[in-house]
Amino acid sequence: MPEPPEQTPSTLKAPLLFISVLLIASCGLIYELVAGTLSSYLLGDSVMQFSTVIGVYLSAMGLGSYLSKFLQRGLARRFVDLELAVALVGGFSAPILFQAFAHTHAFRVVLYGVVAVVGTLVGLEIPILMRILKDQVRFKDLIAGVLTLDYMGALFASILFPLLFMPKLGLVRTSLLFGLLNAAVGLWSTRLLQSQLGPTRMIRLRCLAVMAILALGLAFAGKFTLALEEEVFADEIVYAKDSPYQRIVLTRGRGSFQLFLNGNLQFSSADEYRYHEALVHPAFAVKPDAKRVLICGGGDGLAVREVLKHPSVQEIVLVDLDPAMTDMARFQPMVRQLNGASLEDPRVKVVNADAMVWLQETSGPPFDLALVDFPDPNTYALGKLYTSRFYRLLQRRLTDDAMIAVQSTSPLMARQSFWCIAATMEAAGLKVKPYHLAVPSFGVWGFALASKRDFAIPTQVLPGLRHLSDEATAAMFAFPKDMDRVPTEVNRLDNQVLVHLYTREWRRWS
Amino acid sequence: MKRRDFLAAGALSAASLACRRKPEFPFQGELVGPDLALGHWLRGGAFPDPERFEPISVLVVGGGVAGLSAGWRLAGGGVDDFRVLELEVEPGGTSRSGRNHVGAFPWAAHYLPVPDRGNHAVLHLLDECGMLEGFDAKGEPVFAEEATVRAPEERIWAYGQWWEGLYLRAGASTEDERQYHAFFREVDHWAAFRDAKGRPAFSIPRSRCSDAPEATALDGLSFAAWLDQRGLTSPRLRWLLDYACRDDYGARLETTSAWAGLFYFAARKQGPGEDSRPLLTWPEGNGFLVNHLRRALGERLRCGVMATAIREEKDGILVTAWDHLNQRRVGWKAKHVIFAGPQHVARHVIEGFAAARPASTRIRNAPWMVANLTLRGRPKEPTFPLAWDNVLRDSEALGYVVATHQSLKDHGPTVLTWYRPFSGTDCDGERARLRALDWPACARLVMEDLRPAHPDLEGLVARLDVMRWGHAMVRPEPGLLWNPDVLALARPFGNIHFAHTELSGLALFEEAQDHGLRAAEEALAASGRRGQSWR
Ligand SMILES: Cc1cc2nc3c(=O)[nH]c(=O)nc-3n(C[C@H](O)[C@H](O)[C@H](O)COP(=O)(O)OP(=O)(O)OC[C@H]3O[C@@H](n4cnc5c(N)ncnc54)[C@H](O)[C@@H]3O)c2cc1C
Repeated sequence: MPEPPEQTPSTLKAPLLFISVLLIASCGLIYELVAGTLSSYLLGDSVMQFSTVIGVYLSAMGLGSYLSKFLQRGLARRFVDLELAVALVGGFSAPILFQAFAHTHAFRVVLYGVVAVVGTLVGLEIPILMRILKDQVRFKDLIAGVLTLDYMGALFASILFPLLFMPKLGLVRTSLLFGLLNAAVGLWSTRLLQSQLGPTRMIRLRCLAVMAILALGLAFAGKFTLALEEEVFADEIVYAKDSPYQRIVLTRGRGSFQLFLNGNLQFSSADEYRYHEALVHPAFAVKPDAKRVLICGGGDGLAVREVLKHPSVQEIVLVDLDPAMTDMARFQPMVRQLNGASLEDPRVKVVNADAMVWLQETSGPPFDLALVDFPDPNTYALGKLYTSRFYRLLQRRLTDDAMIAVQSTSPLMARQSFWCIAATMEAAGLKVKPYHLAVPSFGVWGFALASKRDFAIPTQVLPGLRHLSDEATAAMFAFPKDMDRVPTEVNRLDNQVLVHLYTREWRRWS
Repeated sequence: MKRRDFLAAGALSAASLACRRKPEFPFQGELVGPDLALGHWLRGGAFPDPERFEPISVLVVGGGVAGLSAGWRLAGGGVDDFRVLELEVEPGGTSRSGRNHVGAFPWAAHYLPVPDRGNHAVLHLLDECGMLEGFDAKGEPVFAEEATVRAPEERIWAYGQWWEGLYLRAGASTEDERQYHAFFREVDHWAAFRDAKGRPAFSIPRSRCSDAPEATALDGLSFAAWLDQRGLTSPRLRWLLDYACRDDYGARLETTSAWAGLFYFAARKQGPGEDSRPLLTWPEGNGFLVNHLRRALGERLRCGVMATAIREEKDGILVTAWDHLNQRRVGWKAKHVIFAGPQHVARHVIEGFAAARPASTRIRNAPWMVANLTLRGRPKEPTFPLAWDNVLRDSEALGYVVATHQSLKDHGPTVLTWYRPFSGTDCDGERARLRALDWPACARLVMEDLRPAHPDLEGLVARLDVMRWGHAMVRPEPGLLWNPDVLALARPFGNIHFAHTELSGLALFEEAQDHGLRAAEEALAASGRRGQSWR
C-alpha cells in the first residue's frame, strides 16, 4: 500500500530535528549503560552482565526497527508518543530495577524485560524520524546526517556517563534525568513537527505530565535508592551481592566507600589503612625476612596490599571462604583501585575455602607469617575460627619463629571477647602480645601478635607508612585501664564461649 | 524389523515412558544391610561339616565392638593365634559407619560420653587413638578438642522454630521448672551414693556399679512408675526423660526400668550438682573407634564369614562357618570361643545352649531405622542454627545428627543421620512392621517427619539410604538388669565365653567393650596368661 503523502515539508525544521537525533541517541545509550552497570553491581560478573544487556538491547532495537514498518499514519504523533514512552520506561528503569532486586526473586526477568522494552522503543525512534524527514532532505544527506548524529550522541553519552553522571548523580538520578530529556525532546518536537500534528494542546499537556512525573521521581530519587536496605545503609549502594555465604554490599558517600558483610561494616576506604597497617606491619617488624605468608580471611585484598610492601615476600596464600568476595576484590573497580590490584600480583595465590577446614585437610611447606583477619565472632561458624583448635591447626602450618597477627575485635567495646581471644591463643601454646589502635569508623580496635616462641615488642616498622611510625607501633602495646586484661574462659570448639561473650558485649552498643 | 514396525515400536516405548508414573521423590537411595537374609538363613538349620577344622587358640565370633575389643585384648595379652569372624562385609555391627563423596557418617552408634578417670579401658583405647591429651591438675583426663562435640550441641524443634538445647525452656511454667530441678536433685542423690564397699550406684560400665539392694531395687519398677511415685508429672520433664529412653534404649518410660532411666543421667554426672560429662564424637560416629580396632586387628579379622554351628567336643570347640565372599564352608577347632554375637543367634548356633540357658529368651531387642540423607546444600535456617544433634519434639523419630558438624564444615554438602526407634511394647510386632517397609515407604517416613522443620529439604537431598536394624538394641525392661539368671548369661558355657552389650542390658559402647575385655581375659586366664586386667 502506498504511503499517504506527508504534507508541506517546507514547514519542518530539519536541522533542529537532527539535534533531537543527537539527544535521543544519548538517552538510548544511557539506558543501556544504566542497565549494564546496575546489573553488574547487583549481580557481579560485569563482563557477563554487560554482554547480555547489550545483546538484549541491540536485538530489541532490531525488533523495534522492524516493527516500525507497521506504523503507517500520523508518524509525527507516533514519534511524540514514542518519546514519552521511552522517557517513562527508560527514565524509571533504574528505580524499577533496584526495587525488583530488593523485593522480588525475579530480578533477571525484570532486568531483561526492561532492557527489551526500552530497546524496542529506541529501535523505533530513528526509522520513524527518518521517514518523517525523508521528503525534505535528500536521501544521502538524510542517512549521513542521522547516522552521524546518532553515533555522536552515543559518544557523548558513553564519555559523560562514567565521568560525570555516575559519580555526580548515581544510577537512579541519571536514568531519571535522561528520561526527562527524552520527554523534553517529545515536547520540543511538538513545535518542530507542528505542521504535521494538527492540534497540539493535548499532546503538549501529555508531555508536560510525563515530565512532571519524572521530575517528581528525580526529587524523591533518594527514597528509591534507600528502599534497598534503607535501615542498614546510610549511603548509596553501589554494589550488592548475595553469595551462598553472605551478603556483600558496597556503599558510597561522604567522600569514601564502605564494605559491609551481612550488614556489618568491614572497612571504610577513609581509614582502612590504619587497620591494615596495624594488622600487617607489626608482625613483619618482628619477622622482617618473612618469605611465605598465609592470610586467612581478608578477601578484600587490602592486607595483601600491605604485605606486598615487604620485598622479602615470595609467596602469599590467601584463604577466603567466599569467591564472591575475592572476585569483587579483583574486578570491582573501586575495591580494585583501593587494594592496588593486589590479588593480581603473581606472588599471590587465592584459595576459596573455609580456612579452618583448609588448615585441617591440607598440608604444604610451612609459612613464616600468618595474618588472621576474619569477621567478628558473632555466629558459631565464625566462632570456631577463634578457638584453641584453630590456633593449634594454624601452628602446625608455621615455622618455629613464624609470627601471627589476629584481628580480635574491640578491646573497649568487647573487652572480655578481646581478652578471651588472647587467652585462647595462649591456651593453644602461643606467646601473645595484644595491641590496639583507633580506627575512626570502628572505634578502638584490637589485634593479637603471637608466636610459638617468646618475642620482644616491635619498635621499628617499615618506613613510609601512612599511620604507623616506630613510636606509634610501640605505643599500641600499652593498654589503658579501661581496656586492660580481664580473666576469661578459653574459647574451645565444645563451648564456643566467645560467641556468647561477643553477642552479649556488643548488644550494649547497638 | 521393517521401518514402520520400528517407528511403531519407538512410539509405543515413548508412550510407555510417558505413562510411567513420575517417581515420588526427586532423589534415589537404597535399603542397605544388615544382611537379613543371611541371618535368617541360620534358622534354616542343618549345616554339614567342612572338610577340615583348622586348629586355633581362640576364635571370636562377631565383629561388633564386643568382638573387636576381645580381639584387641587378646592381641594385647600376647596371643596372636586368634581370628575374629564377622558375618557382614564391614566390621563394627551397630557401631558401623559409611563414607561417600561428602565424607564419613555413622550407621548407628555416634557418640561416647567422656570416660571418668576410673574407666581404664576406654581411656586406654582413646589414648591409643590419639584422643587423650593428658590429665589436668585435678587428675581428670583431657581430650582432643576436635573430638568433643562442637557447640552448638543440640537444638529442638517446637512451636514452629528451633530452640537451643534439648529441654524446652520456652513456655515452661514455674511448676515445670520446679519438677525439672526436683528430678535432677534425685539424680544428684544417686550420683553421690556410695555403698559399703565405696562403689557408686551408677557408673559406666555397669560392672563398676553397686549391687546394694537400695540401688538395685530401682530395677523392680518402670521409670514411669518411679516418676509417678514422686509426683513428677510435668509434660516437659516427662518428654525429656522419655526422649532419653527412646534415644539410648529404644524404649519408653513405661518399658524402661527406673534403674536404667536413672543410670542414663547419674552415670554421666561428673559429680553431684555438676554438669553431665561432655560427649566425644567423630564424623563417622563410633565408627571412628571401630576403625581403630579394625586396624589393630589387621588380618586376624575376617569379614564376610558367618559362624553357622558351634559344638564343644572333648579336645576343642568345632566351629563351622560359611565364607560367603569365597562361597565356601570353613571350620576351626578352637581351645576357646568368644561368642560376641547376640543371644538369639547363640540359641541357633551353639549346640545345647538354648536348652541350658532359657534366660536368654528374656533379652528383647527393639528394632530401629536409620537413614542417611546426603544433601547437596544446607536447608535454610532462619532460627537457631544447625547443631550437631537436631531433635523434633512432636515426632516418633529422634531427629538427626549432622556428620559434617565435627569435621567443621559449615557450608555446602552434608550428610544427616536420622534415627527412629520402633519403641512399641511388642518388639516382634515392631520388627515385622519395620521389615515390611520398602524403600519408598522408608523415604516417605523420613521426609514427612522432617518436612515441618525443613520445607525446603526435598530439593536438597541427593540420596537417601536406609538401614533397617531388626535387633538393634537390648531393651532394659523392668526386672531384667539385676535378674540373677540374666546376669548369669555372661558366664562361660564350657570353654565358650560371651561378650555382647546385651549382657549388660544397656546398649552402650562401654558395655560392649567391657564384656569383650572380660571374655578375652577369661580366655587368657584359662590358657595361663593371667596378667593385669585392662578393665
Ligand atoms: C541406632 C543405634 C544407635 C546407637 N547409638 C549409640 C551411641 O550413640 N553410643 C553408644 O555407645 N552406643 C550406641 N548404640 C549401641 C551399640 O549397639 C553399642 O555401642 C555397640 O556397638 C554394641 O556392640 P556389640 O559388639 O555388643 O554388638 P553388635 O553391634 O550387635 O555386634 C555383633 C556383631 O556380631 C555379628 N554376628 C552376629 N552373628 C554372627 C555370626 N553367626 N557369625 C559372625 N558374626 C556374627 C554381627 O554382624 C555384629 O557385627 C546404638 C545402637 C543402635 C542400634
